[in-house]
Amino acid sequence: MSISAWEKVKLARMPVRPTGLDYIERLFDDFIELHGDRYYSDDKAIVAGLAFFGDMPVTVIAQQKGRNTKENIMRNFSMPHPEGYRKALRLMKQAEKFGRPVICFIDTPGAYCGIGAEERGQGEAIASNLAEMMQLKTPIISIVISEGGSGGALALGVADRVYMLENAIYSILSPEGFASILYKDASKAEQAANDMKLTAQDLLEFGIIDGIIEEPAGGAHNDYNQMAENIRRVLEADLRLLVDTPLDELLDNRYRKFRRI
Amino acid sequence: MKRNPFKAKKYAVSKIYHAKPMDLERSEERPNVPEGIMTKCPSCGRIIYTKLLLKNFKRCDECGYNFKVSAHERIAMIIDEGEFIEFDAQMTTRDPLQFPGYADKLVKTQAQTGLADSIVTGMGKIEGYPVMIGVMDPAFFMGSMGTTVGEKLTRLFERATKEGMPVIVFTASGGARMQEGIFSLMQMAKVSAAVAKHSQAGLLYITVLTDPTTGGVTASFAMLGDILLAEPGALIGFAGPRVIQQTIGQKLPEGFQRAEFLLEHGFLDRIVPRDQMKYVLATLLKMHSQNRTGKATKEV
Repeated sequence: MSISAWEKVKLARMPVRPTGLDYIERLFDDFIELHGDRYYSDDKAIVAGLAFFGDMPVTVIAQQKGRNTKENIMRNFSMPHPEGYRKALRLMKQAEKFGRPVICFIDTPGAYCGIGAEERGQGEAIASNLAEMMQLKTPIISIVISEGGSGGALALGVADRVYMLENAIYSILSPEGFASILYKDASKAEQAANDMKLTAQDLLEFGIIDGIIEEPAGGAHNDYNQMAENIRRVLEADLRLLVDTPLDELLDNRYRKFRRI
Repeated sequence: MKRNPFKAKKYAVSKIYHAKPMDLERSEERPNVPEGIMTKCPSCGRIIYTKLLLKNFKRCDECGYNFKVSAHERIAMIIDEGEFIEFDAQMTTRDPLQFPGYADKLVKTQAQTGLADSIVTGMGKIEGYPVMIGVMDPAFFMGSMGTTVGEKLTRLFERATKEGMPVIVFTASGGARMQEGIFSLMQMAKVSAAVAKHSQAGLLYITVLTDPTTGGVTASFAMLGDILLAEPGALIGFAGPRVIQQTIGQKLPEGFQRAEFLLEHGFLDRIVPRDQMKYVLATLLKMHSQNRTGKATKEV
């Protein structure tokens, strides 16, 4: 049974849907969170740190939605400021130095739009991540777990493998924003969701993502453990392969992967 | 007898020229300026003789307002006469989402602007210094970046890397092109990758941010230059001011997201007025045209 694009948008945004930290708890051991961008502050919309995946040390970076209103306010509804992207980049460069793979969980409506974000260079922060991730000399795997909104999502999405969960969405803008720009009517979000082609199935068909990770019946929220297991299987297979790929070849493939779009 | 259209226009010029300022103030619709001969400054309202405006780099001599310039006008202002070779001039999008109404709007815009898409790329010389250049045109879908802009820029950077040449990009863009959806978003990664390769090769990339530069263009190649220049007063930001105002529900500070604001916050190297742009670019190219031994890296 196939569900409509708009139903997927609603599924992806369900507050009970597992978040980055839910997967971090289930997939990794000894997670040690590391904080701060070293320039301005620590952005709680992005959680990042070190952990073991099996016996392999990895750097984990996750855009983090709150699991309730209070948490959501602390996490700014997973809309990062520039310092969030700079923290992510700092830890990616650290991962490169120590030869650790990087695993990113993407889940954001978009990078935050505000005065402080502009003053501190939201555009520059995202642009730097795009350019630096493309050249990072260590494997990167990115998984869109719920919402992949705009440049704010792409800033963690330049990777050797990009996956989406079965009911996740990934788009240039929220369907509401898109409808308000192109149809001059934000209430036409449902039509926009359909026209935008933002489902995992659409993006796989376009060759923009490498694969879809199956969700438990009814959606990821119905069985957190099963969902984490499905992700684990993909990570296990890919990490082994990517770690064994010579760096030149890895970077060449990464460039070509985005070059052909 | 056929009327001499040239004479008729001349008459119109003198008529407008002698119009009293009072008349201009009386009605918003006035002056009814004949197409192309006189131009009203949208900032200070001054009526400027168009020929003079063009000579003055399309800049108001009263208030300094920068009129929008097309890609080809910009090239004429910057590149030495007769030295421009355009690349991929006919490239257009294949409408990857088959987005409703997009194909028709494209054809219409192409006819109106004489452009195939919102960027012109090519090779030329500035005061004799060879350079690869990309210029965005704000009149074409607000200068937005879809697959054509992404591909043309990527090719430009790849070619420059191969030939060991510097790149200058003039940005003017509302951001990623909505009608090409996720494909537009991915162009940000694609172009940034090509810029990174060019940079790794030790080559110079200068961006000149013009009004407006926002969204996915700001969040990719616009901010990746070795040297970031901007025109005075240009709006530069990630989110547009209207979106921010809606999000935070408060008035934005004076001068917010203007070039001067970015300079103050450390995100620009320099603001360069239009009449000095060619000189500054030529000087920067000259400074990067020699390697450490002082030998010219490229025949000039």
